Amino acid sequence: MPELPRVPLGRWIDSFVDLLRDNLPWLFTGIRTFFATLLDAVEWLVHWPHPLVFIVLAAVLVFWLRSWQFSLFTVLSFGLIWSMDHWDVTMDTLALILVATIVSVAIALPVGIAAARNRTVSQLVRPVLDFMQTLPVFVYLIPAVFFFGIGKVPGLIATLVFAIPPGVRLTELGIRQVDKEVVEAADAFGSTRNQTLVRVQVPLAMASIMQGVNQVIMLALSMVVVAGMIGAGGLGGEVFRGITTLNLPLGFETGLAVVILAIFLDRVTSSFRDRAAAAEA
Amino acid sequence: MAAIKADGLYKVFGPNPERGLKLLQEGTPRDEVHATTGNLGAVIDASFAVQPGQFFVVMGLSGSGKSTLVRMLNRLYEPTAGTVHIDNEDVRALGKEELRKLRATRISMVFQSFALFPHRTVLENVAYGLQVQKVAKDERFERARTALQQVGLGGWEESKPSQLSGGMRQRVGLARALATNADVLLMDEPFSALDPLIRRDMQNQLIELQQELQKTVVFITHDLNEAMLLGDRVAVMKDGQIVQDAIPEEILSAPATDYVREFIQDVDRTRILTAETVMVDPKGTLASGHGPSVAAREMREQQMTDMYVVARNRRLVGAVSDRDVTEAARRGIQRVDEIVRHDYATAAPATPVAELFDLAVEHAMPIAVVGEDGRLLGVIPRVVLLRALGANANSAGTADGGVTGPDGGVTGPDAVGSADAAPTATGAGHSEEATTDA
Repeated sequence: MPELPRVPLGRWIDSFVDLLRDNLPWLFTGIRTFFATLLDAVEWLVHWPHPLVFIVLAAVLVFWLRSWQFSLFTVLSFGLIWSMDHWDVTMDTLALILVATIVSVAIALPVGIAAARNRTVSQLVRPVLDFMQTLPVFVYLIPAVFFFGIGKVPGLIATLVFAIPPGVRLTELGIRQVDKEVVEAADAFGSTRNQTLVRVQVPLAMASIMQGVNQVIMLALSMVVVAGMIGAGGLGGEVFRGITTLNLPLGFETGLAVVILAIFLDRVTSSFRDRAAAAEA
Repeated sequence: MAAIKADGLYKVFGPNPERGLKLLQEGTPRDEVHATTGNLGAVIDASFAVQPGQFFVVMGLSGSGKSTLVRMLNRLYEPTAGTVHIDNEDVRALGKEELRKLRATRISMVFQSFALFPHRTVLENVAYGLQVQKVAKDERFERARTALQQVGLGGWEESKPSQLSGGMRQRVGLARALATNADVLLMDEPFSALDPLIRRDMQNQLIELQQELQKTVVFITHDLNEAMLLGDRVAVMKDGQIVQDAIPEEILSAPATDYVREFIQDVDRTRILTAETVMVDPKGTLASGHGPSVAAREMREQQMTDMYVVARNRRLVGAVSDRDVTEAARRGIQRVDEIVRHDYATAAPATPVAELFDLAVEHAMPIAVVGEDGRLLGVIPRVVLLRALGANANSAGTADGGVTGPDGGVTGPDAVGSADAAPTATGAGHSEEATTDA
């Protein structure tokens, strides 16, 4: 029986990565610089107000969006983080999440819209999204480190790969779910494709899109610890340090801070989603 | 010169429309084409012409291709073959930009499920067509207000569509179509989703508006009554083909095919004065949760000795008399639904009037017309039955006059007269909507 020849897929990928790294160094330097600058700016922004000011602002925001109860929770939980002396790393993580969310949405929204409008795009995009969501994180962490070195940028890139898919999917879904007759009505009165999109489809898909943003943020948060392993710092770095040094108090405290941040961001974004849903009704 | 002219229109859906088209053009039956190639001929060789100011009704059952046909006129659906001319302009030859302009300025459309923009106010909805045309804000809101006045919705400008009842929403849809001043109005089953009383109210309003505005209308419906009431001309569709295109009385007196004959007979039986066509809005109803003293006051105000009691969603619970209510108030009973009685007559909307007379004689209360879902749709007091009988005997009415009446008084100005003769109670329709909103 003839032996099945081995397909050296792994080696090909390795050579491909080498090829990219050798021939397109300017590209990776460019990406790295871009993201590093963006991160620095957002980090500066979240570190700028005094913790007390930040907490008051956050409390006012959630009071306006939700309730005084959640406002109280915000004050107590953020106060706890501050008192445990993890404020700075929490803000580092918040900055990373914010940048990851902004970039993810900036990519997911146009891709999702294109997929909703064009079947071919949708069919091309879907397997790519599946791949991005199911490929084990550590597999693309390695090339990310190859291309961008250790630090915040590869952590951010890895987060993006993981967080973009739900944004694309929920944008596409939201736009497809807009009542067909309503879209027809917009067309029947002579709207251009873009007018129909901007005036009708996107506003009516807003609840679904906001749900996508919410999912993007939640997935980005779940990547924080992994990103911490390759030197992205923040709460993830602290949690990782807690694990490797068997420092239970540190691990628990920073882990709790991740949870607090997650609850806060989830409630804020789902309030925006609920408001969008109410506007559509 | 025809305002709208369609020639040999085909629309084939499926994996290979061109192949399906070729087979259909060769005369292969539609079912066979569908079975062998998977291509469905939704519209097959449809040709017709509509004169300016004419009210053209396309009637057919669901799946007959009527909605597809109307969508080809403004190319929401691209015809597979054939031509459409609007004012002698070949619509299919238009480029993207010209087509947009045609849609924005010369054709407007009203949809079955209203298709309002839920995130916009009523005024913004109505102004949408003008916004697309880049009409300045002040002017477009001014024109939108005028259109809202025309349909009787002045004062609702700042409401959201979700705050309106079904009939009011469709009036917003109509106002949106009128606001662009387009000459051609496409209406895809605009009243099918409405309750019977409101539907009749809307039909009458449309007749009035049409007398004033003289639009060229293509109106889709599956309801023969509606087609006969509104249409200057009626085309009957079956399985994608127009089987007859004639004035209403001709459809009734000389049906072109067995299908049309069956359609008429079938629908005609219900059309000859059914409970639904003569019923009126109950002057007042009691909510089941009300207490007896509230009920007593309500009955005094309405000067009624008996009233129907409805639960939420207008589901009929029973009836009470003023005597029962007074007694209940004395005994301290909390809710009127505890004392309802059931010695009244009910009828389904499709019950022929002939069967109602006995019921009316036997029961003092007006007959309650109750839908399949148990909702109270309307009532028929004796006086209404008598009046309906009179209208039926005298002239066409909404009855079978078209078939037997020598004057065939269904078309032209007579149509309005007959609509008035029917006990429609236009005002009552409004008040019903008001309760829905409260």
